[in-house]
Amino acid sequence: MAGHRPWGTVCSTTIEAQIAAMFPLETASHPEQLRRVAIDPVSRVEGHGKVTLLLDDDNHIQQVRLHIVEFRGFEKFIQGRPYWEVPVMVQRLCGICPVSHHLAAAKAMDIIVGASQLTPTAEKLRRLMHYGQILQSHALHFFHLSSPDLLFGFDSEASRRNIVGIAASYPDIARKGVGLRKFGQEVIRLTSGKRIHGTGAIPGGMNKSLTLAERDSLLKDIYRMVAWSREAVQLIKEVHQHNPALYDAFASFRSNLMSLVAADGALDFYHGKLRASDADGNKIFDQIDYQGYDRIISEGVKPWTYMKFPYLAALGEESGWYKVGPLARVQNCDRMNTPFAEAERQEFLAYGKGSRVHATLAYHWSRMIEMLFAAETIKELLHDEDLLGDDLLVKGERRSEGVGVIEAPRGTLIHHYRVDENDMVTMANLIVSTTHNNQAMNTAVREVAIRYLDGRELSEGLLNHIEVAIRAFDPCLSCATHALGQMPLQVSLADGQGMEIARLSKNADGTFCAG
Amino acid sequence: MTARILIFAWGNPSRGDDALGPLFIEQFRERLQQKPVLRDIEFLSDFQLQVEHALDLRGREEVLFVDASVNCPTPFSVSMLDPTRDESFSSHAMTPQAVLQVYVELQGSAPPPSRLLAIRGEHFELGTDLSSSARAHLDAALVWAENWLAMELPG
Repeated sequence: MAGHRPWGTVCSTTIEAQIAAMFPLETASHPEQLRRVAIDPVSRVEGHGKVTLLLDDDNHIQQVRLHIVEFRGFEKFIQGRPYWEVPVMVQRLCGICPVSHHLAAAKAMDIIVGASQLTPTAEKLRRLMHYGQILQSHALHFFHLSSPDLLFGFDSEASRRNIVGIAASYPDIARKGVGLRKFGQEVIRLTSGKRIHGTGAIPGGMNKSLTLAERDSLLKDIYRMVAWSREAVQLIKEVHQHNPALYDAFASFRSNLMSLVAADGALDFYHGKLRASDADGNKIFDQIDYQGYDRIISEGVKPWTYMKFPYLAALGEESGWYKVGPLARVQNCDRMNTPFAEAERQEFLAYGKGSRVHATLAYHWSRMIEMLFAAETIKELLHDEDLLGDDLLVKGERRSEGVGVIEAPRGTLIHHYRVDENDMVTMANLIVSTTHNNQAMNTAVREVAIRYLDGRELSEGLLNHIEVAIRAFDPCLSCATHALGQMPLQVSLADGQGMEIARLSKNADGTFCAG
Repeated sequence: MTARILIFAWGNPSRGDDALGPLFIEQFRERLQQKPVLRDIEFLSDFQLQVEHALDLRGREEVLFVDASVNCPTPFSVSMLDPTRDESFSSHAMTPQAVLQVYVELQGSAPPPSRLLAIRGEHFELGTDLSSSARAHLDAALVWAENWLAMELPG
């Protein structure tokens, strides 16, 4: 399934030594003498993730790696197809964020058809669709993926750490979570035309607008969604205040931040230019046109994984890696243009006391602020009569290459295509948010391993600490299939020669068994 | 008006045998064209099963879940489902039993009687067609479904 290793056979001892110096705990000096523990795959994340730990005889951590089994066939899947099919096709890359791929591809194809500026109706409809996607994805992530860990505790009984446990103990939270998710899905259905596999965005614009009845049906519920989103922000703040020592320190590490911002520096999920800042908030670059993304972002490779490690080219591989997603966006922008969200953002910034917040669990807090921003923005859009217009398409001078970038729920999403004179895609390059966060997630896992696992006997609760750190980034690992019977969790212990000496398996229903 | 029977399938149509669920919906609906029973059935499909699908179960008398399976007997298996509090689900996928449990918690009542039709699949690569073995399994499952429906909605 995986593609070729683009770095070929470059895997020398020299490079290993250089990497070891740059990223502590990435590569142990004598791995052959260590025990190996694998968490495979990480549960409650998309696709397949695997964490391998190398321990010495005293259970001290010597090496930690997050392996993401990224499916590298996406670009090939797209090549040879007519460009106008791509915004629809790419939705099948991922069943969780199809709208993000749909819109990023449509934006790239806008460039191909010469649509440098969409009509107001088309752009606002796309924005509505996208903010609906942000709302439903953030609601799903927080209420159904992370809140069990946050509300019950990382060490709590494994059988309770799920949405059913939340529904039983916190029925009101669960009900609102499902309601927010359902509303976001409804926004997507009405703007894209279908519940799934919608075709709303097409190169140069949209193929339908909202009817008055559709708009009114959303207006009826949006005020409740804003109210519930405000409650969600209060909930996550309470969680932080309940145990600030944990939430401030857990997997906290400094890094650069990158995101799109609007021309005035405001947060904009749909469109803008690239901004990066360092760990203290000083701008590295600002207002960079993403058509030239490949001049400012380079992709590093490592001999132990297929997944690339993007970094800011100007800073180099060692210093140039960065975080994307809610924690980056909320701090990288100058403001949020909705009142409740901006007030919450200011409170979040104040929590940092003038410094950037780098705590991994603050992803949840910032994610809820973004959910509130999405709900408020949807409310404003629904009051805009342009949504009901019928001027939906523009075209201009045909081009052969286009890049589309949006801020997807998990972070910056880049789609880059070349199209030949027969309208067929000849090249596709996608950089998804999980790839941007690759180094950050590896660093988070290492921080947790050292703090909570080093020198201790491993247990399910301790291993869940690692999963908690990964989940905070909301990785979408590989868009794998989810046929019944797939996705077990395996933890294996191996000796220095790689011989397995013990194994713990997690079945599809979540039960553990020794094997 | 809510249809009495919900048939809910999931899978990615572009990933080989993962398309079994959506194809089942497509072909079963075709087989029922022109038949009066069609008005009593709602067909839904999605990439994955998710929490909000619990809301789609409201007001049903019977639910049939359909998915590809990597480990059910060949060509398919049918089993009754009970709400189950497990932790199989992620933000990306849930078991049908867990969806039933969410229904219980949200609605405060028992879910409608629900079955799982698991159709054996073998190959799940992106961009590939349904395998020949999965095609045969699908045909067998469709025959079963017609008989099942004839019992549920006689006449």
